[in-house]
Amino acid sequence: MTTTLTPPEARAGKGAEPPAASTRRRDLLRRLGPFGFLSPTLVLLIILMVTPIVMVIGYSLMDRVITAPESNFVGFENYGEVLTDPVFMVAVRNTVFFAGASVIAHFVIGMGFALMLNSPMLGHRTKAIFRTVYILPWLFTIAIVAVLWRMLLSPNGIVNYLTETFGLSSGTVEWLSDPSLALPAVTFINIWSGYPFFMVSLLAGLQGISKDLYEAALIDRAGPVKQFFHVTIPQLKPIIISMALLDFIWTTQQFALIWMTTGGGPINRTEMLSTYTYKLAFATYDFSVASAAAVIVLVLSMILAYLYVRHQKARD
Amino acid sequence: MSNGARARKAFMAGAAGFAIFGLAACSSGGTTTDDGSTGTDTGSGEEVTLEFAQWWEPELPEGMLRGLMDQFEEENPGITVELLSGPYASTKEQVVAGAASGTMSDVVGLDGAWVSDFVQQGAISDLSALMTEAGYDESQLASQVQLNGSTYMIPVVNFAYMLFSNQDLLDAAGVDVPTTRSEFEAAAKAVTTDDVSGWILPLSLEAPNGIQNDVMSWVWASGGSMLADGQPDVTNDEVKSAVEFIAQLDADGVIAPGAATLKEQDKVEEFTNGRVAMMVSSLAHINTIRESNPDLNFTLSALPAEDGYTGERGTPYASWGIGVAENSEHKAEAFKLIEFLMSEAANGELANAANAFPGNSTAVPEFVENDPMFQTAFDVWQAGYPANEFVGLPVAEQLMRDFSEQFQSMLAGEIDVDTALANAQAAWEEEF
Repeated sequence: MTTTLTPPEARAGKGAEPPAASTRRRDLLRRLGPFGFLSPTLVLLIILMVTPIVMVIGYSLMDRVITAPESNFVGFENYGEVLTDPVFMVAVRNTVFFAGASVIAHFVIGMGFALMLNSPMLGHRTKAIFRTVYILPWLFTIAIVAVLWRMLLSPNGIVNYLTETFGLSSGTVEWLSDPSLALPAVTFINIWSGYPFFMVSLLAGLQGISKDLYEAALIDRAGPVKQFFHVTIPQLKPIIISMALLDFIWTTQQFALIWMTTGGGPINRTEMLSTYTYKLAFATYDFSVASAAAVIVLVLSMILAYLYVRHQKARD
Repeated sequence: MSNGARARKAFMAGAAGFAIFGLAACSSGGTTTDDGSTGTDTGSGEEVTLEFAQWWEPELPEGMLRGLMDQFEEENPGITVELLSGPYASTKEQVVAGAASGTMSDVVGLDGAWVSDFVQQGAISDLSALMTEAGYDESQLASQVQLNGSTYMIPVVNFAYMLFSNQDLLDAAGVDVPTTRSEFEAAAKAVTTDDVSGWILPLSLEAPNGIQNDVMSWVWASGGSMLADGQPDVTNDEVKSAVEFIAQLDADGVIAPGAATLKEQDKVEEFTNGRVAMMVSSLAHINTIRESNPDLNFTLSALPAEDGYTGERGTPYASWGIGVAENSEHKAEAFKLIEFLMSEAANGELANAANAFPGNSTAVPEFVENDPMFQTAFDVWQAGYPANEFVGLPVAEQLMRDFSEQFQSMLAGEIDVDTALANAQAAWEEEF
């Protein structure tokens, strides 16, 4: 008896697909599916974020990029130039002061107003009025904030008029032009424009705290101060930490406000990392060194971002 | 390779393909022809579209520049001009980015302070060569900005800087318009009260051109210079004398407060509202002042010179300059546009609309003939010589900022004049 053996491939060609291949294809499609949904976002991320960042890192390792037809690899020379520049260190100190003072003041003022708006002592209409008034600074664009405060703090402005009228100063105060006052003045403007962000977030947090906790604290004879420190603050802690980290990151990147009010002056008293980098790029056209400064700022921001993400994960 | 790994690899290849496609789509720019292709020569008779990036259109009466372009298009069939207009600052960033990426517009509005950097970058064309090719008569040009013997920018119109005086305030104080530094100091002291300052000095580091217009202008008005053989020389006696003079004005308390963060528009506003008696400013601001405060009685004069100086006075100026991009594939057509804008009729019309002095030496704008104030200014302009040593210097804006920082330190009493100038000299030498 003769038997003809047909290989599996030949058999498959004649009729239905073998179950193994079909399973593999289905499996592949199933695995690719999620990537398909993600692909528009990923393509945008690659074009808009990864590519510029990689290019800037590349520029920071080259010499005379953009402005010269040919540039050479110089390693970390540009980083050395930035880190040994005394103005960079001034910019770091100013940025830390500006961001640190802003975050602390944002928290204190935001918490104060949030507590007030959450107080049962105020009626709904009064709360609505105050809520609208308090949130106003947040609604102005930074350009409006800069122009507004430049006028208010002008030597002939209303602030000087008021301080003189009430005997708080004896002469014209040059708020933004006096080397010893400029940094506190721009920090104050930033505090004014940014506290509503904290206020709104903390108010939402306050409204979410269970009343049972306060009642329990009251039974334990805790006064308002003890309730605040032992109930309110612990309950708001996750929000406070998240807000503080985000605010610190955003404030360190503040450019427009500084640029439009003082331009980093007088002298270099309000020079920030952002204005320092901008000047390197668009005033001296030293894009290589500016890229190195930008990468340093990126690394510092990444550290803060890492802390934020780690905190968020721990919270989840 | 596992299925998962294959899938990831396939996905990454796809994503990279998309990214390359996206980048390629973003990278086109510059001259276009009507068929949509880029950079086709017009020798074949095809339509050419020239891009002309400038900040002039928003500063001119509506439709004025477009009208001139329409006239040019009529006279030059086959060439269309597309205006890319924006404010000065954004035009600068756009031109810098274009120079970096090789996508600069065919014809670009230039500020003299940018020229050196663009030449170093190889971003703008040698106009001397284009003029020779076109057989252009250079004698009709009032000035040219040259580097290494070649022209790279032609000033189309010039905005002269002069001394603006509030005549009512001077009259009330019983002083005349000053012509020398000592007269200026005396006049400034005489008019200064609690509400009025004698003079205003904008030194903002955001736009540090106060050093050019309000500080160095005193040097040039007395025939001085801040350069020696093209190199920084800010420690010389002429610069030192001007800086000491301004320091003395500050000590006298006649300078408006807040100088360190004041900008040019603050200066004009303070003068317009009568809080400052004198300022050094551009003629471009005459109409702004008249519109904002029609009752303000002000006069124009040359900047005061050092006592005893009898030579010709340098008049500071700023220009709307023009150049051709090196990456342009239609340089001949681009130069035709420049030739048109520099022609007597078109240049006079443009100067008239901008209230500026023409770049064509034979053009006389109407406003000079019709307005006594501009007639005075024109006389001062013609009696002196145009002076702006920052034109053509490398990183000119940064040089002004370096000087401004030292100047501010000196005014704040942190360092003396000699130290400030020595520090500025060192900073400038480093930039050069």
